[in-house]
Amino acid sequence: MSSELLFAVVGALIFTLGVAGTVLVANLLRRILAFNLMGSGAFLVLVGLAQRGGESDPVPHAMVLTGIVVAVAATALALALLRKQHEMKDSEEELTEIDDG
Amino acid sequence: MVEPVTFVVWLIVLPLAWAVAAFVTGERIGAWLGVVGSAIQTFLVVWMVATWDVAVPVIHRVGGWGAPLGIDLAVDGLALAMLLLTQVVSLPLTIYARSYFSEDASKSRHFWPLAGFLIAGLNALFVSADVFNIYVTLEIVGLSAVSLVAIGGGRAQISAALRYLFATLIGSGAYLLGVALIYGAFGSVSLATLIPLVGSNPPQAFALAGLLMLFGLMLKTALFPFHYWLPPAHGGAAAPVSALLSALVVKASFYLTLRLWTELFASIADDIAWIPALLGAGAILWGSWRAIQAIRIKMLIAYSTVAQLGYLFLVFPLLPGQDAIRATVMQACAHGAAKAAMFAAAGVLIKATGQDTMAGLAGMTGRLPLTLFAFGLAGMTLMGLPPSSGFLAKWQLIEAGMARDLWIIPVVALAGGLLTAVYIFRILSFAFLLSPSSVKIATVPRVQEWTAFALAAGSVLLGLRGVELMALLPGQVP
Repeated sequence: MSSELLFAVVGALIFTLGVAGTVLVANLLRRILAFNLMGSGAFLVLVGLAQRGGESDPVPHAMVLTGIVVAVAATALALALLRKQHEMKDSEEELTEIDDG
Repeated sequence: MVEPVTFVVWLIVLPLAWAVAAFVTGERIGAWLGVVGSAIQTFLVVWMVATWDVAVPVIHRVGGWGAPLGIDLAVDGLALAMLLLTQVVSLPLTIYARSYFSEDASKSRHFWPLAGFLIAGLNALFVSADVFNIYVTLEIVGLSAVSLVAIGGGRAQISAALRYLFATLIGSGAYLLGVALIYGAFGSVSLATLIPLVGSNPPQAFALAGLLMLFGLMLKTALFPFHYWLPPAHGGAAAPVSALLSALVVKASFYLTLRLWTELFASIADDIAWIPALLGAGAILWGSWRAIQAIRIKMLIAYSTVAQLGYLFLVFPLLPGQDAIRATVMQACAHGAAKAAMFAAAGVLIKATGQDTMAGLAGMTGRLPLTLFAFGLAGMTLMGLPPSSGFLAKWQLIEAGMARDLWIIPVVALAGGLLTAVYIFRILSFAFLLSPSSVKIATVPRVQEWTAFALAAGSVLLGLRGVELMALLPGQVP
């Protein structure tokens, strides 16, 4: 197995784990962590697949840096919302209420 | 002489500038900056449309760098039509929002910066020429839209925002993995470079990338059954936010689906075209059914969005036919204007009656005739009655379906129109038939009523000027 393929397969595996966590886990903080795992998986595929004969390609590195910035912003927003929700507590009732509306 | 097409840079820079300025100066000046900025953007985009005469995309190299190192912006007729829709809908909404939030400074302090970032993100998304830049703009749009849902600050709104956030993050995560696979296979992210490279027999990684990216975009467009996040978010947000989200944000990811489907993924799209069409038909039936059952006004409008988005996907088996593209772009514009009008009108009704229920509308025709007229006009567009733009969109859709002997498309479109009539008339019947309740009616500034009316009237009148809009798109105009 070439190193590109190894990176890509591991990246895809991490991504899948992350998606499963984001969708299936009930605890919101863990879901936020799982989302970050998902992002890391995609970054690994991006950097790992793009090697050309053992030489690494700088363009995806720049893309991953951009992606990390986006992921940090998204995580910050998610954490802010989570804290706000925690302060209010028991929001689940309300959520089911609007679902029925 | 400056080429009008270079204004596209200003369409991205201006909203960014007024968003930052609004954050610094506070809500009072910020609101004016937003309104004036949107007016200038509308002026620029109308100028661009008026002088548009090229059939090939115009490329603008940001900072003179050019791809692959720099970022290219590409403007073609389809992008221009979406830019026009965005500015024309957001200008009345900023005027509406300035009045709507005037009593509630704590909400509007965040509204103006976020609305500016949202509009800048939308404008940048429509003209992005590479799949990675599209990812970045998708995230700008998604994160500002989620934050806009949360500015209400209520428990339900925070929960809806979180649910929306996870949906949009999974969508863009899938999209990003697709970009990684494409870069791995072809070593480029530029659409112009990729399209000739793909050829007719692409590698399997490319097909997988296509499925991931299209899935991510459909999740973000809230196509049935991925619509679960939309009703609480759109139905629970403040009225100007709901209007922006339902009219424009879901259209952005739809625009990308359409663009990638017909250009980049054309070689794999034919075999799976029935999937979005089937889901679209499901969206029309399920969304309409839930709208008919709704108790709250804004929930009804939010489920109506789920249904109307279904029409956009109904044309996918007919792609890449130009008549199908025209039909779906017309539907996007018709729904954009009508749904913005409807949420704006609902905001007025809810402020006046103090409650978000259908029963609260009893006898409102005598008290807020202009707002109910606006609601009715927007409903006319959603039902597809002539001469509205909704009629034109459904007419084109039915014609395109019959031209290829796909009878199921006209049947679903007509059934959807009937279901739409049921929920529109249901809400109007509360206002017209029930005798007025003794509840005291709060006064709502007239400017809110008039902006809702302007959007609704625009959605109907667009039906009379549809040919001009369609002339932007390639192909013969009938």
